[in-house]
Amino acid sequence: MAQLDSKVPSGPLADKWRKHKTEIKLVNPANKRKYEVIVVGAGLAGSSAAATLAELGYKVKNFVFHDSPRRAHSIAAQGGINAAKNYQNDGDSVYRLFYDTIKGGDYRSREANVHRLAEVSVNIIDQCVAQGVPFAREYGGLLANRSFGGAQVSRTFYARGQTGQQLLLGAYSALSRMIGAGAIELHTHSEMLDLVIVDGQAKGIIVRDLITGEISRHAADAVVLATGGYGNVFNLSTYARGSNVTAIWRAYKRGACMANPCYTQIHPTCIPVTGDYQSKLTLMSESLRNDGRIWVPKRKEDRLKPPASIPEADRDYYLERIYPSFGNLCPRDVASRAAKRVCDEGRGVGETGLGVYLDFAEAIGRLGEAAVRERYGNLFDIYHEITAESAYQQPMRIYPAVHYTMGGLWVDYNLMSNVPGLFVLGEANFSDHGANRLGASALMQGLADGYFVIPYTIGDYLAGQKPGSRPSADGPEFKAAEENVRSATSRLLGIKGKEPVSHFHKRLGKIMWEHCGMARTRAGLEEALKMIPALREEFWANVNVPGSAATLNQALEQAGRVGDFLEFGELLCLDALKREESCGGHFREEYQYPDGECKRDDTNFGHVAAWEYQGPGRAPLRNIEPLNYEFVKMSVRNYK
Amino acid sequence: MVAETTAKTLNVTLRVWRQAGPDAPGTFVDYAARNLSSNMSFLEMLDVVNDELTMKGEEPIAFAHDCREGICGTCSCTINGKPHGPGHGIATCQTYMRSFQDGDTIVVEPFRARAFPLVKDLVVDRSAFDRIIQAGGFITARTGSAPDANAIPVPKTDADLAMDAAACIGCGACVAACKNASAMLFVSAKVSQLGLLPQGQPERDHRVLAMVGTMDALGFGNCTNQYECSAACPKTISHDFIARMNRDYLKASVRAAFKPVAAGASGGAG
Repeated sequence: MAQLDSKVPSGPLADKWRKHKTEIKLVNPANKRKYEVIVVGAGLAGSSAAATLAELGYKVKNFVFHDSPRRAHSIAAQGGINAAKNYQNDGDSVYRLFYDTIKGGDYRSREANVHRLAEVSVNIIDQCVAQGVPFAREYGGLLANRSFGGAQVSRTFYARGQTGQQLLLGAYSALSRMIGAGAIELHTHSEMLDLVIVDGQAKGIIVRDLITGEISRHAADAVVLATGGYGNVFNLSTYARGSNVTAIWRAYKRGACMANPCYTQIHPTCIPVTGDYQSKLTLMSESLRNDGRIWVPKRKEDRLKPPASIPEADRDYYLERIYPSFGNLCPRDVASRAAKRVCDEGRGVGETGLGVYLDFAEAIGRLGEAAVRERYGNLFDIYHEITAESAYQQPMRIYPAVHYTMGGLWVDYNLMSNVPGLFVLGEANFSDHGANRLGASALMQGLADGYFVIPYTIGDYLAGQKPGSRPSADGPEFKAAEENVRSATSRLLGIKGKEPVSHFHKRLGKIMWEHCGMARTRAGLEEALKMIPALREEFWANVNVPGSAATLNQALEQAGRVGDFLEFGELLCLDALKREESCGGHFREEYQYPDGECKRDDTNFGHVAAWEYQGPGRAPLRNIEPLNYEFVKMSVRNYK
Repeated sequence: MVAETTAKTLNVTLRVWRQAGPDAPGTFVDYAARNLSSNMSFLEMLDVVNDELTMKGEEPIAFAHDCREGICGTCSCTINGKPHGPGHGIATCQTYMRSFQDGDTIVVEPFRARAFPLVKDLVVDRSAFDRIIQAGGFITARTGSAPDANAIPVPKTDADLAMDAAACIGCGACVAACKNASAMLFVSAKVSQLGLLPQGQPERDHRVLAMVGTMDALGFGNCTNQYECSAACPKTISHDFIARMNRDYLKASVRAAFKPVAAGASGGAG
């Protein structure tokens, strides 16, 4: 059984991080260059971590499967980044950001981690501005803010609808500076396919070069995974097509615990599905809910009528009706479930009936089309490209879609997993968002972990490792891991079945969405737990992966990732089955209040579930880390 | 008015550049793509064609893609002679089959430029762009050393113009569109973004000289003011930034020639 010591420091909440920073061990400057750190991934968390660790003097190797570190999917985040700057003088504070995030996460995250996140949020904005991130500004030259879901203050900083892009390019520029200075060795087109454990500690990785097919071993004193979320287990999602679970799943199979995989976020404002060929769903930023009003017709019969022909009196602005104090800006899980309910009632709009209106007519009347265009023009353009409709002239049609995953590898307060030497940052870990993430908090967490947490906490681990004690990549553990990767690759190429990889990914996605999507039931999950192993068996008997391993082979890459999703999806459903309560993004129909809100069970499930691999064909072990709320009272979330 | 009700079915012929590797000979190969929905994206159409090739035991077409929403800059097809295809201000992944007619022959090639060597089929190596950024496309701001974000106000017009330049997705369409395979639009966008901001001033001269020098060394051509780059740019970045960079480059070159260097610049006190 894994040891899950959260290592949360003692003392008052607001002092924990400051105290911890002064008490953890340091590595002296002359010794830092003797340590090598592997960072996998170059999104916000990976690139900020790699750049900052290199600035401190560590030797860093950065691995990305993309052709450039600038391609990571952090780049697609649209809306913004939260920070408790209180520049608007509207009553914001570190405590309020902490409290909103804890409450938004439905009391399923660690208090100390979340408070630290709120504390360093202010440093992130300073850092990004210093790098030249062109945040939106007011005419006086100071920074502008807007509001996001789950908050009653304006604390979100933004760069048009491209905040993620601008923050990532800032981190990428810091990374590039250190690559140019020779402090970071960059490996592009390099996919991590195994984690190497030596004497119980993470000491290296096995990598496949996606262009040449070469498989190589890399040793290090510590391994940092910043490889993003696993939402593509649903196939259709707002994730990039390449986003995958492979790195963290293979670390799980080497002993790292997987925490709360059932906490998945379904974003309420995405462009609805149109056809079977579809490869991806596109998000319409939550920031649109600042000015857009969400509604469906009051009567089913009206659902196919042109929206303009439906008079105000026959429209149901259901979020404003049910949640008057937060209205259209209630949190994502709440807004998504409300959309599902009105569509289940038969009032959904569009051909499929799976859509609701997001209407800007009132905002255009109030602000004028030009002002709306300045705020949201690029989003309206994206909408037009995909649907051939103009949101200036008719309401957008939107529907919830998989967007983010709060679960991930278990980490302690130092962001280290239960495998010593293995650190996990950003969306790949489970740490800060509990059961539901608030808008504009993912960018904050990725950069907090990379710029301001790992640079301190990794020293505490490395100080205990003798300089130069790094094992050689020729050791038996490395050879065995390499052999493991080689045999998996040749097995995939050798099947030569009848169906392409996409066939299995689509079928897995349908099982997951139907049985483990916005609403889950015991019966549905049990059904999924039968269907997934059967589909996995079929995959390994009937998938067709053409080509060879010695060249760029995108089908082979995809096959490896879908093979992992076919294992991981089962664990996700198992976690959802065993968590017999509803909280945040995890909604079990059996556990709800009469008005359809989540019914938590703090007595029996006020804990983190961290799953431990027990070997092939054996049921994983469900470990528990109790969540001790010392400072905030776990209460029913109320956005009414 | 509603897209899904207007979906049409179309059949097209794809004429695709196939090349097994950088040293292998390449050629155009025709493929029939049938029963496509006009609401399909161009890349989804390639997915369908690739699945059909796989079922027939042929090797699928390699093409670069990731986010499929026009922001990561990975996709890079030249469609009917235009980088990123017929649409204005969009990337390949945002091109939809409704842009084509039933019966069309669509020619699909990789971005072609000497500084972007071919990897396979429609995939090219654009790491030269990363090397240009590594040479100076940053502001040195060590983590933890930043002053308060509102300490330096930036006029809104400057911030907005910097954002226009910063919108570059690094796809390389500007290079592929240019008859000289020039990277001036890409480089000038980064030089302008950082040069417009007060934080970018201390390294302004070094930045433009280093980035332009690296660009030249990597085999990109020069600019002859035809502006095919901004016409092909999926983010419609203006060629005005090229003029801005040229001015910066000239001033920096002059200043570099006459700049006194502090005597103690090479060493610190012990």
